[in-house]
Amino acid sequence: MLKVAIFGATSAIAQAVARGFAEEGARLFLVARDPARLEAVAADLRVRGASSVATAVTDLTETAGHAALVEAARNVMDGIDAALIAHGTLGDQRAGEADAAVMLREIEVNLLSPASLMTYLGNLMEAQQHGSLAVIGSVAGDRGRASNYIYGSAKGGLRVFTQGLRHRLGRAGVAVTLVEPGFVDTPMTAGMPKGSPLWATPARVGADIHRAMKVGPAILYTPWFWRPVMLAIRLLPDAVFKRLKL
Amino acid sequence: MSVDRPRMTRRVPLSWGRAHRAIHRVVRPAFPVDASAALASAGPLLPYGMGRSYGDSCLNPGGTLIETQGLDRWIRFDQEAGIIEVEAGVTLADILARLHASALPARHWFLPVTPGTKFVTVGGAIANDVHGKNHHSAGCFGSHLLSLRLLRSDGTVRICSPDENPDLFAATIGGIGLTGLILSAVLQLKPVPSLWMEVEDIRYHSLDAFYALSAESADWEYTVAWVDCLASGTDLGRGIFTRARHAATDRAPPPPRLETDLSIPIDAPCFMLNGWTVGAFNALYWHRAPAMPKRRIGSYEPVFYPLDAIRGWNRLYGKAGFYQYQCVVPQGNAGAAVPALLRAVAAGRDASFLAVLKKLGNRPSPGMLSFPMPGVTLALDLPNRGVRTHELLNLLDQITAEAGGRIYPAKDGRVSARDFQRGFPAWRDFARHMDPHFSSSFWRRVSAPVIEDRTGC
Repeated sequence: MLKVAIFGATSAIAQAVARGFAEEGARLFLVARDPARLEAVAADLRVRGASSVATAVTDLTETAGHAALVEAARNVMDGIDAALIAHGTLGDQRAGEADAAVMLREIEVNLLSPASLMTYLGNLMEAQQHGSLAVIGSVAGDRGRASNYIYGSAKGGLRVFTQGLRHRLGRAGVAVTLVEPGFVDTPMTAGMPKGSPLWATPARVGADIHRAMKVGPAILYTPWFWRPVMLAIRLLPDAVFKRLKL
Repeated sequence: MSVDRPRMTRRVPLSWGRAHRAIHRVVRPAFPVDASAALASAGPLLPYGMGRSYGDSCLNPGGTLIETQGLDRWIRFDQEAGIIEVEAGVTLADILARLHASALPARHWFLPVTPGTKFVTVGGAIANDVHGKNHHSAGCFGSHLLSLRLLRSDGTVRICSPDENPDLFAATIGGIGLTGLILSAVLQLKPVPSLWMEVEDIRYHSLDAFYALSAESADWEYTVAWVDCLASGTDLGRGIFTRARHAATDRAPPPPRLETDLSIPIDAPCFMLNGWTVGAFNALYWHRAPAMPKRRIGSYEPVFYPLDAIRGWNRLYGKAGFYQYQCVVPQGNAGAAVPALLRAVAAGRDASFLAVLKKLGNRPSPGMLSFPMPGVTLALDLPNRGVRTHELLNLLDQITAEAGGRIYPAKDGRVSARDFQRGFPAWRDFARHMDPHFSSSFWRRVSAPVIEDRTGC
């Protein structure tokens, strides 16, 4: 059975992915900040079929603890076959434009913390000569836009970071997948107006990620239609792009 | 880094009949610990699960809906005792999937009671005290509820069971979401010999034949009849009687039905369902059933959830939506009232290809406002054609009320306060247990003061 570590395990998308693995009888190691929410998620996954569920409570922006955390996951499960990094925040773009401290905090949560975790997870998987490492990026990282370029730049940083890590670990048989969800109806986006067909449920996105983590594509757009949409957006000449209100 | 406070958004949530449209504030707590913050939203408040109630009992325009779909975690599953504890937003579909996956050759658990769709939440099943095709033997959903946790707007969590806060327990079962937010529930499952069903469909010609079939089907746990409600005269009440029971077989559990791709993605044009098309469908459907009963073994899904196979089937009724009407009349008066109801529907020549007749049993309902009573229940769909539809529904209300019956709040979007209050004499007692910050469109209508316009009523 698979041994799966999930960081940011109480997020809606992470829960949906974890359910897919639990139903297959996987062993799970879950990391999140809030103990009550984490315990509720762990209990759910036990009933849903997970062979074992271990948890660790920590603030993942404290990167100093990452080496020990990854080590703990490895020891508890006797290896890590697959890992998902799912924590993140969608901060207030306007506040970040006015105050660099807010902006840096957004970069810290969404880029520095995942990059730190990937360093240790990547080294572990390289040493064991197998593994599937996935991190949740965003379509916002494909091209900077006025409405959310701070969040987007952190996710765009993940794009290049995972690209390089994939290049490095490919020889060791380790897959590195950047997941790029579009609009997902989760607590993170609760304040946003919905109703357009572009919105997807966490269950749908979670099922896509669960499937992809076994195959290990370089980039997973979920739902799939974001791939052609983002291709078009990336290819738009700057002169045209500048006139768009996005 | 999860968000700590659920954020509010504005939407036009729909009930299943799609006939009511109004903007609502909506909050969706992601975890039970987030729920008390959600209950601090501007009132009045009302929980909202899968939106499978047909009328306005799940709507609250001007107030805030507390969506429970984020509260969808299992808490425990005692596989020895068949006891499950789940958060209120877990759906019956989710429970069935788990029962499938955990079934052992010698041990199968099943829902003790299930309504006609599996896409309802446990919270919604409690709040409407739903019943199913086994009401005559098993009673309502609430009859199998061991306990629940109820969050009130004052921030307290009340544990309710037959022994602890029994009055609040009885008010919450069938309490249409008005006593507070159900956070979680403990439910007793039912052991069954297998997940296969033994089913018989029997074409019958008259209401008398329906009663005779109901009476002679005592060893069939599930019974229901589809009625051709456009048939009249000597054909009045003709239909197809379906009876089913869990089959004793060693076969491996049937594969759960895959997520269907068959769906109605858009509103159908309003002329699609009319007296002619539905009349033709009904006649064909009735004649297609074999004249001699045929027994078959099959999965439970088509038996309990035939319409779940078509996602969004409610859009067949077009943009104006539809009304479902379900009433129950007491056994003693059913002999006159049921034909009167069917004659009124047939005379209206208004489309209803989903009409269902069932004899309810004597097991007392656990909730103060539970719908079932010993007698006969009739349910049918009517496309929303404005005044004409309302006139027919008012006539049905009148027949029901005069027979001492009542309508089902889960299906209703227009019953008068007078007819509701006559049908549910316990409503004043119930109101004392409501959460003071909870209300619904339905409740504001049916709890309005009634001025009696007839003497002797």
